[in-house]
Amino acid sequence: MDLLEYQGKQLFARHGIPVPSGKPASTVADAVAAADEIGYPCVVKAQVLIGGRGKAGGVKLAKDRAEAEQYAADILGMDIKGFTVHEVWIEGASDIAEEYYASIVFDRAAKAPLVMLSTQGGMDIEEVAEKTPEALARLHVDPLLGFQDFHGRKLAFAAGIPADLIRPVGAMLSKLYATFIAEEAMLIEVNPLIVTPEREVRALDAKVTLDGNALYRHPDNAALRDPSAEDPQEQMAHERGLTYVKLDGDIGILGNGAGLVMSTLDVVAGAGGAPANFLDAGGGSRADAIVSAVEVILSNPKVRAVLFNIFGGITRCDEVAKGLIEAFDVVKPTVPFVVRLDGTNDVEGRQLLADAHLPNVATAATMDEAAAKVVELAASAGAAA
Amino acid sequence: MSVLVDNDTRLVVTGITGREGTFHATNNKRYGTQVVAGVTPGKGGQDVEGIPVFDTIAASVEEAGANTAMIFVPPRFAADSILEAADAGVRLIIAITEGIPAHDELRVYTQLKRSPDVRLVGPNCPGILSPGKASVGIIPASFFKQGNVGVVSRSGTLTYQIGNELAQRGFGNSSIVGIGGDPVPGSSFIDIIALFEADPETELIVMSGEIGGSAEEEAAEYIAANVSKPVVAYIAGFTAPPGKTMGHAGAIVSGTAGTAKAKAEALEAKGVRVGRTPTETAELAMQILSA
Repeated sequence: MDLLEYQGKQLFARHGIPVPSGKPASTVADAVAAADEIGYPCVVKAQVLIGGRGKAGGVKLAKDRAEAEQYAADILGMDIKGFTVHEVWIEGASDIAEEYYASIVFDRAAKAPLVMLSTQGGMDIEEVAEKTPEALARLHVDPLLGFQDFHGRKLAFAAGIPADLIRPVGAMLSKLYATFIAEEAMLIEVNPLIVTPEREVRALDAKVTLDGNALYRHPDNAALRDPSAEDPQEQMAHERGLTYVKLDGDIGILGNGAGLVMSTLDVVAGAGGAPANFLDAGGGSRADAIVSAVEVILSNPKVRAVLFNIFGGITRCDEVAKGLIEAFDVVKPTVPFVVRLDGTNDVEGRQLLADAHLPNVATAATMDEAAAKVVELAASAGAAA
Repeated sequence: MSVLVDNDTRLVVTGITGREGTFHATNNKRYGTQVVAGVTPGKGGQDVEGIPVFDTIAASVEEAGANTAMIFVPPRFAADSILEAADAGVRLIIAITEGIPAHDELRVYTQLKRSPDVRLVGPNCPGILSPGKASVGIIPASFFKQGNVGVVSRSGTLTYQIGNELAQRGFGNSSIVGIGGDPVPGSSFIDIIALFEADPETELIVMSGEIGGSAEEEAAEYIAANVSKPVVAYIAGFTAPPGKTMGHAGAIVSGTAGTAKAKAEALEAKGVRVGRTPTETAELAMQILSA
């Protein structure tokens, strides 16, 4: 789960990491009130889960009340790369002497947290890593040992941090690491990490990704999800515990297991179709989960045909069939379905479907045949429309 | 021969008294696997369809001679259960549980690495099937028969898909190993491919990967340097939208950004043939075995 900048900063503040003081606002009036309270000059920053806000005009320095009002009005509702701005963060302007970069990544390949530090902050760090790899100091931390003070000094010296800042920067990294562990983050990135003219080290930005599987241990973080920022189908799917990603096409896809669903998208695309979504109904799908899934898929008005591709292991095909029959009763779909069932209890599942005589449901013996069939059905529905 | 599970497997199932635990433990037993024990703290002394239940994994090792553990407890208890199995002296731990927090997986992985004789397969995996010998996990075993193709996969259902396509073409399997799709799998493609390379029954290896991470790229390097048997691969996710959750720092770490295209190219550059669909992958395997 990705956090908005201000949510990340609030998380940092809870762990004693110095951040500029600020307030979130979702209306122009609230933004002006926040700016008055914080004082001028202040920065009005769009809160969206996408990079490149500054270039898109989503970050402005307001020197007085009139400017704060103008910028808040401009930025709220703005579209940044397909993301609508619902909130701004009003923050006191910072005096900046130096801009550094710091991050901690859950490094899957090395199977250890990777801490990175550079004095070349404020810019595209991928470019720094590519052009001047020596400018990006890196250190893997043994997860059972944790981050030690010497790790901080090692990174700071390697990155070329000035002598008077070795300790404060090391202390900052130590606090970021503690946050990474305590909040069970997959990524913490601070760019820029600034040094003020008074030689204080502060996090001027915060990019935080949390582990969705660990949210049950962090109810405060779980509550930070912002449903208004999500696609309506994705929101609906999330509420029903389904893994759903919306795509651009017109063929609804339901499968079990992320790998098989990804493969189904590839095979449908290969057959000339365009999937409308990725939907993993998950292991052990019960009939009610299938009903929910059908509702989510069909709530996207672009869907012209639906493909069920199930290979049952922990999922039982008879449960899927029962769910589909129930879904037809509840949702009464008008678009054609193609169903392919293999695996645990597949004979029972196919029999249930055959006995139910559902309108507009075709079966297929193989994945390739099912894909070809659904592509054809979607195309003819498209031609008729 | 086969890898990891066979007639000598003596299985203890943690979480056996749960609905899914009971269903799959008894399924494994019916297949012929020696399911010698179940563990649910506080339910020691009971039995699940004839399988004795113990309070601790240690007791199942001492009293029932368990040598392999299947972890079937919910995510919040799974890391603890894996560590308990290792502490009890179990050398092969197969974790089916899906949704374990990534930091738990990292701690478990790091701890287990300190005992090189303990092997963890999974978590978030379908288990291991050695057709005709033993099935540990949730793989629908009736679809597969004994043979000479070793299969290793990150995805459960995709494993069944490819295994089934091979079966329809008349080929069986030495073993089918699901390594799971989580960020920190206990065993990698390389670990399992090394076992298949050493297994006399295995004549061809099929690996099924997917987007994200760099395990497939690492396997490509390993295969080129160490594997004499033919390897056929499949990668899922060619049309998946680019990583929604990956930050800049993540992209630096993975280098190639973990796309399906990059993985397929890395494998093909090392002489591994890559099928574009599960069907094409099975056909490539058939061509090699029939040649």
